[in-house]
Amino acid sequence: MILHELIDYGTLRLIWWVLLGVLLIAFAATDGFDMGVGALLPFVAKTDVERRVAINTIGPVWEGNQVWFILGGGAIFAAWPPLYAVSFSGFYLAMFVVLAALILRPVAFKYRSKRDDARWRAAWDWALFIGGFVPALIFGVAVGNVLEGVPFRFDDDLRAFYEGSFFGLLNPFALLCGLLSVSMLVMHGGAWLSLKASGAVAERARAYGALAALATIALFALGGLSLWLFLDGFRITSPIIPDGPSNPLHKEVVRDGMAWFTNYAARPWLLVAPAMGFAGALVAFLGMKARWEGLPLIASGLSVLGVIATVGVAMFPFILPSSIDPRSSLTVWDSSSSHQTLFIMLAVTLIFLPIVLAYTAFVYRVLWGKVQEAEVRNEAGHFY
Amino acid sequence: MELDVVSLSRLQFAMTAMYHFLFVPLTLGLSIILAIMETVYVMTDRPVWRQMTKFWGTLFGINFVLGVATGITMEFQFGMNWSYYSHYVGDIFGAPLAIEGLMAFFLEATFVGLFFFGWDRMSKLGHLAATWAVAAGSNFSALWILIANGWMQNPVGAAFNPATMRMEITDFYEVVFNPVAQAKFVHTVSAGYVTAAIFVLGVSAWYVLKGRHVALAKRSMAVAASFGLLSSLSVVVLGDESGYLATEHQRMKLAAIEGMWETEPAPAPFTLIGFPDQQARETHHVLQIPAALGLIATRSLDTQVPGIRELVGHAQERIRSGIIAYDALQQIRAARGLDRVSPAVREAFEANGRNLGYAYLLGRHVADPRQATAEQIEAAAWSTVPQVAPLFWSFRIMVGLGFYFILLLGLFFWLSARQALDRRRWLLWVAVLSIPLPWIAAELGWFVAEFGRQPWIIEGVLPTAIAVSSLGITEILLTLAGFVTLYSVLFIIEMGLMIRAIRKGPEPDHGLPAPLTAAAPRAAPLPAE
Repeated sequence: MILHELIDYGTLRLIWWVLLGVLLIAFAATDGFDMGVGALLPFVAKTDVERRVAINTIGPVWEGNQVWFILGGGAIFAAWPPLYAVSFSGFYLAMFVVLAALILRPVAFKYRSKRDDARWRAAWDWALFIGGFVPALIFGVAVGNVLEGVPFRFDDDLRAFYEGSFFGLLNPFALLCGLLSVSMLVMHGGAWLSLKASGAVAERARAYGALAALATIALFALGGLSLWLFLDGFRITSPIIPDGPSNPLHKEVVRDGMAWFTNYAARPWLLVAPAMGFAGALVAFLGMKARWEGLPLIASGLSVLGVIATVGVAMFPFILPSSIDPRSSLTVWDSSSSHQTLFIMLAVTLIFLPIVLAYTAFVYRVLWGKVQEAEVRNEAGHFY
Repeated sequence: MELDVVSLSRLQFAMTAMYHFLFVPLTLGLSIILAIMETVYVMTDRPVWRQMTKFWGTLFGINFVLGVATGITMEFQFGMNWSYYSHYVGDIFGAPLAIEGLMAFFLEATFVGLFFFGWDRMSKLGHLAATWAVAAGSNFSALWILIANGWMQNPVGAAFNPATMRMEITDFYEVVFNPVAQAKFVHTVSAGYVTAAIFVLGVSAWYVLKGRHVALAKRSMAVAASFGLLSSLSVVVLGDESGYLATEHQRMKLAAIEGMWETEPAPAPFTLIGFPDQQARETHHVLQIPAALGLIATRSLDTQVPGIRELVGHAQERIRSGIIAYDALQQIRAARGLDRVSPAVREAFEANGRNLGYAYLLGRHVADPRQATAEQIEAAAWSTVPQVAPLFWSFRIMVGLGFYFILLLGLFFWLSARQALDRRRWLLWVAVLSIPLPWIAAELGWFVAEFGRQPWIIEGVLPTAIAVSSLGITEILLTLAGFVTLYSVLFIIEMGLMIRAIRKGPEPDHGLPAPLTAAAPRAAPLPAE
């Protein structure tokens, strides 16, 4: 097969870096509101019917949304195998906690309303809360650690060794990022509920969502400031070979205080990413306060996009820097799959992603409209 | 078993995968049965078929969600516990997993919401299309994961790249159309169909015995028996034994399954019963059917099926070749490039590179494979023999069950055609009691396939022992305990809900729901879904 030579290796790597971002953003923008709703559940819904209204706003769609997470795992495996190998074995226990929480969540959706028993339902409501709050927190903590550099190194056989601990992940900057992640997804979940729920649930969701939007703005600013003041970035000092073999050990890397800001300095238009992070949250706040329909959700989605893109752009070309052996760091240019695999996967993505987006849009359209309390009470057969 | 990282990682993978596969076969088969039932409903417009679809759909949902939940772990487990594996073969192995997500998971997960929530929001045909989309999605997912698994058994279309120290894809077409993968796909989905058929048959038989929902139950039994009979024939006839001659280690697996230490003259006999003895390297007290194995495995009278000793001999040769490849690889790495070494080294690598994995088998005996003695090479070659007795027995129980399913489903097909389903109560009880059996057969099937692949994680390419992550034993024990606890609790809850839903039976079919009014009764009725 010579077909893959159509696109050169370096370009394919760049495309797959963008696609990695697209996947993470799609996950955060869709499953993100599911997690936000889960985290908000105890606060916005007091009675059983209210809880069912909140749950049923995401009832038919959480399953499809969650596939972005699964696909994220698969796509990282296929396009960035060293990232898959290092990150999940390195963040081992954290990953277990995320999985346990995410395993509880589908079961809670499905089983909660199967029995008319208050204790049973309360237990599953907790599971939904954990399934929303815990992954949101840990994903943020993980991103914080990635920005700081992760304690791993490769030996000559490219076997990865991780020298950190679970509690080492919970440092102040990473926790700040974790809180940002939680408030961002709660904002998004609040915006979703304000659109799809009705009555008291939507009212409370507006209040909490607006609050979370403010917290998002503050924590995002604080995160950027900490990065500027306290944290070192990383910089490649050896010549960059975009089409070199995927072997991280062939380069030289140093820590550099301002390295995470150099991309923005070199290309100021990239500041559109953080700007979108702030502006989206601001509009979401105003929109929820002013009781606009729909716009807050779009705005919070754009804020999620902006925040994630901000991190990706800041670190480029780094994907996973190593704090103990900087040259082991994974970058766009040396930790991808082979030229041919990237090409094949791009072709597959170009065929299937539009189809997925089309039928997902179709399903959301079929399910258009607010979930009403009366409806949930009355038509119990077709609701959670 | 020793408590080391490798054994614990294997145990954890086996545990999470086998739990996952408690739910998957029913999803695979029941999704199709639902689609068949709803198709009949749309074609005949008779409400009982919609009621059937909804009722079995409720049970499908209870099961499906645990398949999804336990499946989340599978997607990340390779990276968590098998980090070197992920690095070493991610270039090939990751692709089918990602395609599975794009092509299959989205399809089934997006439309499963419409299946449950869309009854009153879509046209009949529209809803039917959603149901078929769920069935197609589940089955596509089986296709892609078995392409990935098939590649572990028969790693075609890939080559080792010294610059990246990993396997890289050379021919994607070969990976997708891997004969082992294709055989496995047909075998596995058919087994899922049989599981669902026997589930529907058994639950319906219970209703008939209790005299409840008889019309619905009999119709369900007719669907289950005909669908199941075809599938059970497909499982056995297209059983993946046809894939067992594709590669050297598949042959080893076959020889181990048969407890066949020596190569027999063609056509080899099939050992019905025997007592494999790993120490003595022979199988005692055999009861054999002449020529049967040769016929089944080679589909011919004159092709030999190699025995374990002969295959160990081959392994020795391949280890020696692997040592040459290993030596060449070290020189290539020292020179930092395949194009910087002498032509002799390059040729040595190209000629022996495919046996590189065999040199790694020596890892347990000697630090540098090049220093291995003849005894160490022999010991490593014998380490390619999996534990024979567990494979021998698991396979026989699985195959025995397979034939039993044909008999059972054939019998009920005949009874159903003669409208004599309730004539013999004891037969209905047999159907009820048969419900767990397909799960046993399916789990044993996976055990044979994966335990039989040892000592390899990727046959001939990477030994399991060096594929693990650099983790501590405590970490793995913690997560192992966590998964076992979590899964067991969820499994018990699932069984409880399943039994409850079966006891409760189908909802009466009221046709369209009552119009919404603000004055709806306050009490929230128990939802069926």
